[in-house]
Order: sequence, then C-alpha cells, then structure tokens
Amino acid sequence: MTDDTAARAAGSTGAPPRVGFFTDTSVCIGCKACEVACKEWNAIPEDGLELTGMSYDNTQGLGASTWRHVAFVEQRKPLGGQEPGVGHGNHEDHEDIDVFAAARGLGAPPGSPLAPDGRTELRWLMSSDVCKHCTRAACLDVCPTGSLFRTEFGTVVVQEDVCNGCGYCVPACPYGVIDQRPGDGRAWKCTLCYDRLGVGMEPACAKSCPTDSIQFGPLEELRERAAARVARLHAAGVTDARLYGADPEDGVGGDGAFFLLLDEPEVYGLPPDPVVTTRDLPAMWRHAAAAAVSLTALAAVCFAGRPR
Amino acid sequence: MAECHPVGFQWVMEAKARGAKVVHVDPRFTRTSALADVHVPLRAGSDIAFLGGIINHVLSGDAYFRDYVVAYTNGPVILREDFRDTEDLDGVFSGLDPDNRSYDPGTWQYHGTEARAASGQRDQRFGGSVRADGSVSGAARGESHGSGGPAISRTEPERDETMTHPRCVLQVLKRHYARYTPEMVERVCGVPRDLFRQVCDLVTENSGRDRTTAFAYAVGWTQHTTGVQYIRAASVLQSLLGNIGRPGGGILALRGHASIQGSTDIPTLFNLLPGYIPMPHAHHDRDLESFVRADEAGKGYWGNMRAYLVSLLKAYWGDAATEENDFCFDYLPRLTGSHSTYETVMAQLEGTCKGYFLMGENPAVGSANAKLQRLGMARLDWLVVRDFSLIESATWWQDGPEIETGELRTEDIGTEVFFLPAAAHTEKDGSFTNTQRLLQWHHQAAEPPGEARSDLWFAFHLGRIIREKLAASTDPMDRPLLDLTWDYPTRGELAEPDAEAVLAEINGRDAGGAPLAGYEQLEGDGSTSCGCWIYCGVYADGVNQADRRKPGDRQDWVAGEWGWAWPANRRVLYNRASADPEGRPWSERKALVWWDAERGEWTGHDVPDFQKDKPPGHRPPEDATGPEALSGTDAFIMQADGKAWLYVPSGLTDGPLPTHYEPQDSPFPNLLYRQQRNPVRHLLPPHPDNRYQPSGGEPGTEVFPYVATTYRLTEHHTAGGMSRWQPYLAELQPEFFCEVSPELAAERGLEHTGWATIVSARAVVEARVLVTDRMAPLTVHGRTLHQVGLPYHWGPNGYSTGDAANELLHLSLDPNTQIQETKAFAVDIRPGRRPRGPAALELVRGYRERAGIDERTGTEP
Repeated sequence: MTDDTAARAAGSTGAPPRVGFFTDTSVCIGCKACEVACKEWNAIPEDGLELTGMSYDNTQGLGASTWRHVAFVEQRKPLGGQEPGVGHGNHEDHEDIDVFAAARGLGAPPGSPLAPDGRTELRWLMSSDVCKHCTRAACLDVCPTGSLFRTEFGTVVVQEDVCNGCGYCVPACPYGVIDQRPGDGRAWKCTLCYDRLGVGMEPACAKSCPTDSIQFGPLEELRERAAARVARLHAAGVTDARLYGADPEDGVGGDGAFFLLLDEPEVYGLPPDPVVTTRDLPAMWRHAAAAAVSLTALAAVCFAGRPR
Repeated sequence: MAECHPVGFQWVMEAKARGAKVVHVDPRFTRTSALADVHVPLRAGSDIAFLGGIINHVLSGDAYFRDYVVAYTNGPVILREDFRDTEDLDGVFSGLDPDNRSYDPGTWQYHGTEARAASGQRDQRFGGSVRADGSVSGAARGESHGSGGPAISRTEPERDETMTHPRCVLQVLKRHYARYTPEMVERVCGVPRDLFRQVCDLVTENSGRDRTTAFAYAVGWTQHTTGVQYIRAASVLQSLLGNIGRPGGGILALRGHASIQGSTDIPTLFNLLPGYIPMPHAHHDRDLESFVRADEAGKGYWGNMRAYLVSLLKAYWGDAATEENDFCFDYLPRLTGSHSTYETVMAQLEGTCKGYFLMGENPAVGSANAKLQRLGMARLDWLVVRDFSLIESATWWQDGPEIETGELRTEDIGTEVFFLPAAAHTEKDGSFTNTQRLLQWHHQAAEPPGEARSDLWFAFHLGRIIREKLAASTDPMDRPLLDLTWDYPTRGELAEPDAEAVLAEINGRDAGGAPLAGYEQLEGDGSTSCGCWIYCGVYADGVNQADRRKPGDRQDWVAGEWGWAWPANRRVLYNRASADPEGRPWSERKALVWWDAERGEWTGHDVPDFQKDKPPGHRPPEDATGPEALSGTDAFIMQADGKAWLYVPSGLTDGPLPTHYEPQDSPFPNLLYRQQRNPVRHLLPPHPDNRYQPSGGEPGTEVFPYVATTYRLTEHHTAGGMSRWQPYLAELQPEFFCEVSPELAAERGLEHTGWATIVSARAVVEARVLVTDRMAPLTVHGRTLHQVGLPYHWGPNGYSTGDAANELLHLSLDPNTQIQETKAFAVDIRPGRRPRGPAALELVRGYRERAGIDERTGTEP
C-alpha cells in the first residue's frame, strides 16, 4: 500500500495528503516540552514518579499514558551533527556561509584530554519517540472492534469509546508503542492530535518544540526535507546520521512518523528492522484454510468410506 | 541556556544555522553542552581567572579592536599617581580598610577628575566614607555616603591617544592581567591550555570590524562573592574586542525567570527606585536638591536625573507633589544601611523585622542557608505568603526540618501566617520584560480559580483598604499613603485593576494628561509625570506598544515592531558604537546605525541611541552639562564620561578591575595572589548556623574536599512552587539528586541511584545519586578535583520532594549586590542516607569540630 492509497483504502475519498512527523534528533535539546504538551492537550494522566537513573530519562518509554518520550543517551563519543537544518525565517542573505565547513574546524582536537582519566569527549543524544503511524499498521489489522482506524490524514487512531480493551493490538505493534492503561483496560496511543488536525492546527508536541526537532507536515514533503538534511550532514562529515522509518519499502511500509538518528536505532531503544506483525497472517490463514479443507476432505472420505 | 531557557535557545540554534559557533563554559556537561561546538568544563568559582586569561591573550597578542578602544572606551585615560593595583599590593587595591572590610575608592579616580558611575554605588565618593554601621562594610550605597562633598568635576580627564602612557588604563590593564597566563588558567580553572587557547582563538577570530561575539550568562556568574566582577570581566573583554553596541555583540544576562529584568527596571530591590534611580539615604539626602546634586552626573543622560525623579514623584503623588514641598521628596522611604534579603533575615532574628510579605518567593527552599530563613520567619509577628502552592515557606512552622530536629516547636512559634493563593500569568494581564529589555504584553486567558487573585489585585486592594482605614488620620506619618495617586479603574466581578492603566502611568503624561512619547520630554519642574523614565514611550500615542505582535517574517531583521524595548524601542544599547568615530558603520556586514550627512541625522536599522542631530564631529562647549556635554563620539551616553569602562573609577565597592579571588569556602589557595578571598566581601554577623569553612591551606580544609555548585533543571522552576506540584513536571524529575563523576563515586563508594549524604559546616542533606560522565574530574593545582552537582528545586512539600540543596549554603555576599555565593562552595559527600532528627545536627557538629571551625573561621579580610 502506498502513502497515497493509505487513507483512500480506508474509505476516505478526497482525503488531504498523508501527514506525519519528522523528528530530527540532531537538534533536540531534551527539554521534554513535547512530553508535557502532549499530556496537557490529550489529558493523559501522570504515570509514575520514579528516578530511573537512565540519564535524565525518567519517562522510560512509550505507553498508554506516555505518547511522547524523550530518550537521553550518554556516550563517550565526539560531538557531532548537532547543527540545525531548518530555520524559522529567510536566510537567503547567509546562504554563502558553509556552516559545516565552519563546524568541521571545531571541537576539541583529537586526543586532548579533558579529564585525568584520558576521556576525550562526550556526546549526549536526545530523541523524542512517538507512535510511528505505520503505513501497514498491525494494530489496526488485529483490532476486532474497529476502534483502531486509519483517518483521512493517513494516521492511525484509537477511538476510546469503541475500544473494548481486548488488548490484541498490544503484542501486534512491532515498536511496543500501544498499551492498555492500568485500571482502565483500554488501549491508548498517540493520535497525532487528530482533534487538532481537524481544525487545521499542528499537533501539540510539534507546536511546543522550540528547536523544530519535531516537524509536522505532509509526509512527502517531510521525506524530501529529511533526505536533504541527511545529505547535508553526510557532507559535513557526520556519517552516523541516518533516517529511520522513512523507507516505504521497509517492513512496515514506512512510518508516518520517522526520525533522523545519529546512531544505530538500538541505541535509542528502537527495533533495527521492524516488520508488520500481521505480515504472515494471509499465508497463515491460507495454510489454516488448506488444513481445514484437507481435514474436511479427510473426514468426508472417512465418513464416505464407512461401511454402511 | 538550553537547560534553563529552552525557548530562548531556539535563537541560538538559528544562529548556529547561520554559521555561529557556540562555546559552553560550565562545570557540568548540560543540555547546552550537548548542542555546543565546544564544551569547556571548569572549576566552579574560577571564571575570573578564565576570563582574565582571555583578556591577557587579547592584550598581549594585540588582538583588541584598537580604533574602537581608543574612540569609545576609557583605555586612553590616565589614572592617578597614587593608585595602586593588585600587582603592587599582592592582591588588593589601594584604599583598603581591612578592619572595616571596605575600600576608600578615592585613589581609583581618573587623574585630575572624578567620574560618577552610571549605576551601582553612584554617590560613593560623595563626601568620603561615613559609615552608619561598622559591621556592614559598604553594603548599600548609603553606607559610604557623607553629607556635602566636592562639586562634580566637569573637567575632561587627561588622555593619551597612543595608549602608551604607563598610567593609562590600557597599560594598567596589561600589567594587571599579565599573570593570567594559559598555564595559570590551567592550574586555577582546570582547563587544559590547548582547550583554553582554542576558546581564545574562537573569541578573537570572531570579533572585529566584520564579526561580533556575544556572551550570555546566568546566575552561574552572579551568585559569587565576586559576582559583579565576573560580569565586569566580560565587559572588559567585550569592550576590548569592540563587541558592545553592535549587532551580534553584547553581554546578555539570562534571567532567572520571566520578567526578572522587569523587576529590576521597576524594582523589587531595596536600594533602587524605578529606572535605576538610587534610593535616598536617611541621613544624607535631606532634600531633593542635595539628592539630585549628589547623584547627577555632570555629563551624559544621568545629567537629567532631576527630570526623571520629579516625574516619578509626580506619578506617585500627583497634585500633592508641588515645587513648594519638594515634590514630596520627603515621602520617599530612606535607607539606613543594607536592607537586602539576608539583612532582613538577620533583622528578623534580632526581632526588629516583624512582618514579611513573600510574593512568588520560597526562601525556605530557594534562598541560601534555608535554615536561617526559617528561623528568621519563626521570630516574626506576621507572615503573608502569596503563591500557587502551599510552599515550604508557608508550612515550615508545622512540618519544617527544625520541627523534626526539635530546634523549633510549633507551639512556641508566635508567627501568624497568612496564605493567599495567587493567580498565574495566564490568569491576568500584564507585561514581561526579558533580558534584552523587550516588553511583551500578555492577556488574561482565564479567570483565576477560587480565591486566587493577581498580585496587582492584591497590592491595589490592600492599598485601597489601608487608605480607607487611615482616611481620618491627621498623623503626618500617614500622608505619603493618603496622598498617593491610587485611582486605577477596576473591572469584572473580582474588581481586577486595569493593568493597562498602570502601564499608562508608568509611561507618563504631559501637563495636559496626554501620553508622553519618550524620556527626552521629561521635565524637572513638575509638568510631567512618569512612573519609570526608561519605560517612557511604551504607551506612546495612547497605544500599548508592548502588545505589538507583527511577525518577524513581515518586517526587517531588527523586528522593531514586535513588543517594545526600553529605552525608546532601541534593540541594541549604545548602538552609536556600531559606527566608527566618523559615523560610518565599522563594516557593511555589521552596519546598524550611521550618520546621514545629507539629512544631518543618525539613521539606520535600529533606533539610534544618540541625539538624533548631533554630528560625529560635535565638540561640546566647556560649560555644557548633561547630554549636552556629550561629544559626537561619546557613544556610551549613560556614562559620566561617555565611554565604555575597561576600568571602573567609581561605582564598585570591591575594586576597579576584576581580580580572581577564591570563593568563601574553597579547597584551594589563591594561586594568583596572597589575598585568598575578596577582601571586602559582605559577611553577615556571626551566627551559629552560618559558620564558614577553612579554605586553601588552612587546617581543616580537607574535611570538605569537594567543590559543589547548585543549579536548575529544565523540568523544574527555581524553588519548585510552580513545578513540584505539577504532576506532568514532577514525573520528569521526580526527586532530589546529585550528580557525580564515576571517579568520585568510586572514591566515596557512591552507588548509581543509591543515596548520598552531603555535608557542609551549615547542614546535611541527602540526595539520590546520578553517576555520570557529564561531571568531569578536573586537574586543579596539580591534583584531581571532583565537583558535586546539586539541583536546588526540592523541599519537603509538594508532589515531588527532596531535601533543599540551599540548606548547605553560607551567607557571604557580593559587596555590590548582596547576592549570595551559591554557585561555588565546598562539601563532603558520603554514601547512604542522612541521619534524622537531632542526630543530623550531631553529624554537622562533628564535621565542624573536625575542621576546627569557630565563629572566626573564614572571616579574615
């Protein structure tokens, strides 16, 4: 299924272009405004005060009551790539400046120790995770009530008044995003602020992001912007930069919310090669059907061959 | 900045997108460091050594902007023969009175003249140094303020344009900073010299005609016993590099929270009136004329002091203020000494301060030596707390730490405590003034819930009710209250005063009641009123100029139609300096304002900070005063000599040049001078709960071997009143923790996410442990130094709780500002939770005994 047909296949005609998030983690400052704005807008309950010791990440992961989660990863690696690629205004009069050429000359010279133990440099990665709004969404496939549906924007949303709390969607998600809320039982996840999109507003997290790390817009446009951004970073020598979830050919048909990462996905707690968990369902049903037919035929033969 | 000002940091990211390089100097690796090009970890409390090193690099390598320095700074000015620098006196300046811990600044003056400071201790030299209270050294301006004194000198100081005279400021500066070598920086600050040189290169290569560098700082610079001199060091550097008054330059104070800039402009400070007019002194400022004469600078815009002050008095007392009664000058409160927040605590302990308003402040958590704050409040007759939440400062009498230790018993406390819920900024109209002096108006979005009310509502109705109660009074003491103009219109069910009416009063009116357009219209004859002269024009044409919101992409890059900046909507102060002495921009790339010879006026992108029609070649007549005395090249129009001050001849209590001293409590001796600490730092009277620690090589120093620093996290707000009660914020940083390096954890057996006990001579607190590479051990004075990071948001109340880091702090203050030294002190740290109840006191007592601490420790000049 392509992006264009995702919404149409769900029955929307004349649908707006598919929208999503491009989360550029290279400019995230870890302020967690997205987490708070998400909870405020969507009236999500606080879900536990626990000092985890995972750097400044006391949220731990996405869940029924956490729809944005900022990961903090401390690494003994040089700084790099924390260069903004998007501005708020016109910069045409500064286009002559090669910022990356300037940036290359920076950073402590290799081997100059900052500490007696010979440590050189430190890198603190920050990344705001969210529901991926997969092109091929397993949660949606397995939902027996139709509570999970694909919107006219191509996003995947749970209808809280339809969900019966069966929980099938929970193991179906290849990213471990959707979850049941304790004491409530229903499944909850990011709606990409469906109620805001309907009135022409951008999602709360993107609105609150001070550095444009979270960018909202038509998916096609975001993918182009992201590709250009990676190219610039590669040209600047930030070879670690890569996109995650931007490929329509990947195991989930591409994500509606994709990322620019500065390290392997596992470093951020993301699966390296997610596959829609319902991928094998048709084959499984075919096998099951074949088995059923065989068994029926066998039974028929048995009954037919029975001496009267 | 990313850590505490994430919204403002978007502009740093924009600058980076345009090629800017970001250097972050901080003991910790923070969210700012994560996005910076270079992070420089240094020892907390050593910044003057670091900045002094850069100054030395600039001076010794002739990397300063010579034309700018000659034209716009006091670099060429010649100093008095009897001035002695720290080079001559091993760490102190001439004029030191060690017994009173104060300086007589007489010898710091220019040769053959006297200059008034644009701010600070403006009347310092007015008649010598009479002191009302010998125990308080030069704390408030009044402390060194006599009656009578020399007439203000209007002679031009002697100059050497070649800046080679041995007593000219630039040469004095060179000698003063010669010992701040990269090797010294490495030993004192723990910054490797290669990294230091890299910073020097970045700063100098990015300064000059075509480029400018900006410095941004926060309380990491101000909260020291030498805090003002930290900022001064940056001022020296920026003036040398020509980075003041130019786009992309400057020194930016990142304020602690919204409108702290506004609260100094229209101050909540004891020693200032609105617009930085000094508060008069009880014994010396007997009438308007002598007050104005003492504080009026001969040259520059402070020469119009009378117009600013009389207009203020007219705003306060309206028709009651007349020429005959000195415009009610006698109604103004008077200083009798320092009445800073910490002196107020001491006065509470002595029983002389009996009532206390806390409005949006939580000193039981947020002020240094939080215990003394609580003990002081326990001696009050009454206490009014206005806040969103039931903060520790409102509940210490029933569940504070001293109740647990038995030092206080609820039934013994006579303080009557009133808690009044406050409205949030979304629940009221008003303005915020940010660090760049930009006023931005905000509108009420919702009615405050329940009994919550705005501060404006509280102040107005409190005043209204007091005035009603006093209406029949014939006591002259009540006249200042009864004569006040107190007639703000109110609206709505809650009778909320109209905030715009207050703004209109601040803006000022002419004799006919029409709004003024700018401060140059103010008169000293009572025909104008103005609540704050620098804000004059914010309500020009009867329009709330602070409420303008034209988006940046619909106007030029200065964006002068977004909000309103004081003064006169200027976005860059002293921007005359963005042009050369002839009035041409230093470079096209950095053009801001310039002289248009054809039209005979200053013009440009920004509002020129200069008399519009004064040509660059203007030379004032000999007898000119005030703004008229400024020449066409006196770009620094508020200064008494029109120049940026590399050297401060007047206005500072602790020396004309920034000099590195060790913090009050420091594990290290001062490697640069024999003088260990700031000799005139402001110590409070001895108190058993405010003991200082041995420092440097003194016996007992080793008992507190680690440097500690306090700070804030993105997730919380100052002392927590606005964040610890918010579940969405509390869950992001749920409890008090300390940050230590893996090396320190190994040395002291601290476990990640386990508990640590942190001890000073004042108190003991406990915190969860975060072991992180972001705290780097440094090599200082040839040995490994570990630093302990302590976010200070927590207290026992609220949804997210913990001990308050400020329990550990002493009261040793900057002598200019009375700011506490919370950013660098010494502690011990050990694994496990702290003892409870009286055992906690025992632990601290044991530490004091081991370190040999008594009431004299650390009080040497």
